[in-house]
Amino acid sequence: MGNFRLCPDSGLFFDKNAESLMKVNAVAAAVSLLVAGLLALGVALTRWPAVHLLPADQFYMYLTAHGVDALLFWIIFFEIAVLYFASSTLLRCRLAAPRWAWLGFALMVIGAITTNVAIFQGNSSVMMTSYVPMQAAPSFYLGLILFAVGALIGCFVFFGTLVIAKNENTYEGSIPLVTFGAMTAAIIAVFTIASGAIILVPTYLWSIGYIAHIDPSMYRIIWWAMGHSSQQINVVAHVSIWYLVGGLLLGARPMSEKVSRFAFLLYILFLQLASAHHILVDPGISAEWKIFNTSYAMYLAVLASLIHGLTVPGSMEVAQREKGYNRGMFEWLRKAPWGNPTFSSVAISIVIFGFIGGITGVVMGTEQINLIIHNTIYVPAHFHATVAVGTTLTFMGLTYLLIPVLFRRQMILPTLAKWQPYLFGAGMTILILFMMGAGTLGVSRRHWDMDFTGAALSFEYSGMAYTMMGIAGIGAVLAVIAGGAFLLITVGSLLVGKKLDASAGLLQSFGVPLAPEAYNAEPEILPMAAAVEEHGSAGFEAPGTFILAMLLLVSFVVYYFINWKYLSSVWPLS
Amino acid sequence: MTSYLPPAQRIWWKVPVGRQEIVWIAIALVWCLIMFFMMPYWHVYGKQNLSTEAYKTTPAQFGPKVQAMIDQYTVRHETEQQIPVVAPPAGSDIYMLGRLWQWWPILELEKGKTYRLHLSSMDWQHGFSLQPVNINMQVVPGYEMVLNITPDVAGEYGVVCNEYCGIGHHTMLGRIYVKE
Repeated sequence: MGNFRLCPDSGLFFDKNAESLMKVNAVAAAVSLLVAGLLALGVALTRWPAVHLLPADQFYMYLTAHGVDALLFWIIFFEIAVLYFASSTLLRCRLAAPRWAWLGFALMVIGAITTNVAIFQGNSSVMMTSYVPMQAAPSFYLGLILFAVGALIGCFVFFGTLVIAKNENTYEGSIPLVTFGAMTAAIIAVFTIASGAIILVPTYLWSIGYIAHIDPSMYRIIWWAMGHSSQQINVVAHVSIWYLVGGLLLGARPMSEKVSRFAFLLYILFLQLASAHHILVDPGISAEWKIFNTSYAMYLAVLASLIHGLTVPGSMEVAQREKGYNRGMFEWLRKAPWGNPTFSSVAISIVIFGFIGGITGVVMGTEQINLIIHNTIYVPAHFHATVAVGTTLTFMGLTYLLIPVLFRRQMILPTLAKWQPYLFGAGMTILILFMMGAGTLGVSRRHWDMDFTGAALSFEYSGMAYTMMGIAGIGAVLAVIAGGAFLLITVGSLLVGKKLDASAGLLQSFGVPLAPEAYNAEPEILPMAAAVEEHGSAGFEAPGTFILAMLLLVSFVVYYFINWKYLSSVWPLS
Repeated sequence: MTSYLPPAQRIWWKVPVGRQEIVWIAIALVWCLIMFFMMPYWHVYGKQNLSTEAYKTTPAQFGPKVQAMIDQYTVRHETEQQIPVVAPPAGSDIYMLGRLWQWWPILELEKGKTYRLHLSSMDWQHGFSLQPVNINMQVVPGYEMVLNITPDVAGEYGVVCNEYCGIGHHTMLGRIYVKE
């Protein structure tokens, strides 16, 4: 063989091809995050009314690029690395079709650059959504299509690796839960990318004049089958990583394999209906269609998230209690490794994703309540809770773990790393809460000037709306600083961190394999987890988590009905 | 037994589920069903529901309908641009069009009366955002949306465009007056 390297610290086996591909995808992700973060600063400092930094044309250009770089490129590059990790590394299996994987990566890089160039040339400030009939340069759409094709190849390399692992019997029994989660993400990704192709290919042909007309209403429905579903890939990916980190750091095992996998299955079946969330106040869509789709049938995907909300922290609680942190309801939580940035990232991510991201998402996705929220700045507040804290912070936490394990470098600036997740979480939470407040007061998203300078008529938002937008700006600046700290630590570690393998040089940080003698391992078949004596299954194994879950539910119920109350106070409509 | 290893039992789907998960799934499912049925409930008992009445249209069809209303019911003009202020009779069909970068015309309505409001766009997508009531609707070119509105508080309202529509997006501001 001679293709595997055993990481002496983690006991993980890395396939040579998979290792290089994970590294280059992670580095491309970090570059995208850097660009996205710098653009975020420009956007935030413009929406902070007292600063109002950029002129309108640059603001819309930055905002378009920020959306594309943060939501698509940063996250999907990282997700491809996660897919290769969850298949090749976790299953101790060689990566399927490495040449195809490199082709996919190349297409993604070319696509990302093409779209960014199109945006910064200035004629494609159409926002990430690029709603027709507003038109971008053809290369804007072409770049997205190339990127999507590359990502699709990555998904099929993942599926191929699962098949090889099965055929070559690299593991006993069934695939691990984390891999099952990654498979869920990849299945949703295929649906997502297919939807993207259905709408972006004709839109590209329209932009070069080959097709005369794209119906804007149809565009919205199909575009969001990609746009929203791609965010569901993120949910599934970061939930899988929550399970992974629980297992790696705390030795947590799933409370029930059946329940957790069933919850992932619910995602596959129902998450894609969420395109409807964006269509709730569109003309001419029937109420039945909206109700069925916006609720993922009957909130069955929400049910899945509520299940993970219990079982992810619950499995951590059980593991901690087995270690003896058994006093009271919450000793297990107090004694968790809060100084470990991987753990704190995941913990903050779980809380903010659940309490803010999840609840706001369901509330604003309620058919009628959407009337008082659609296109206000409450919407970006919601998806910063889900994607910027839920997904991005989880990915940051995993990166801290991967620096020594995958890149064989010791992390620099450990004290800064210890504080980074808290700073990022705090900045984002401030941003999110105050954007929610401003959105409730009617402040629009994607809007350069809440003073309406130059308009024939006038309208004044309340003073409170201005205050909230200012505080949100402060939160955004904190989050950008914390994002900068993350990149400083990670990129710094790759460049100057102490080498944990003698051959882990500069080139090795960017995808070149280590010295040939590093790949001397022949992995044994991946064993099934050791069976442990089930205890307390008659009672409540994780009572502390149950209390927290009930707290989430109570917050959810209260906030949900507050919004109905608020809706009932606006002009009657029918 | 951890999350990143194969399950401890080969036949993991036959391992019984603990009571804690079952209780939680039951509670969560009940809550999901309550949320689901709130939406049809509000269609029957609530007063804020979006109409699903809509028609395919074109700028060439919609524009003249707006102009006919303006010709018939204009009561005065406002601002240097001489934007017409239109006061159509209660209960009638009223029109507002979105275009780069205007909501046209200004409407003057009576409190407590119901109107059939027709919305469409002459060019790109726009967002009808009535402030400070905070009612928001997507306005899509090629589609004419008809909704029954009943302004219940008198005052002066802004119509912000909250769908990005190009460089002048922030100047796209309309107005609705509601008289006692």
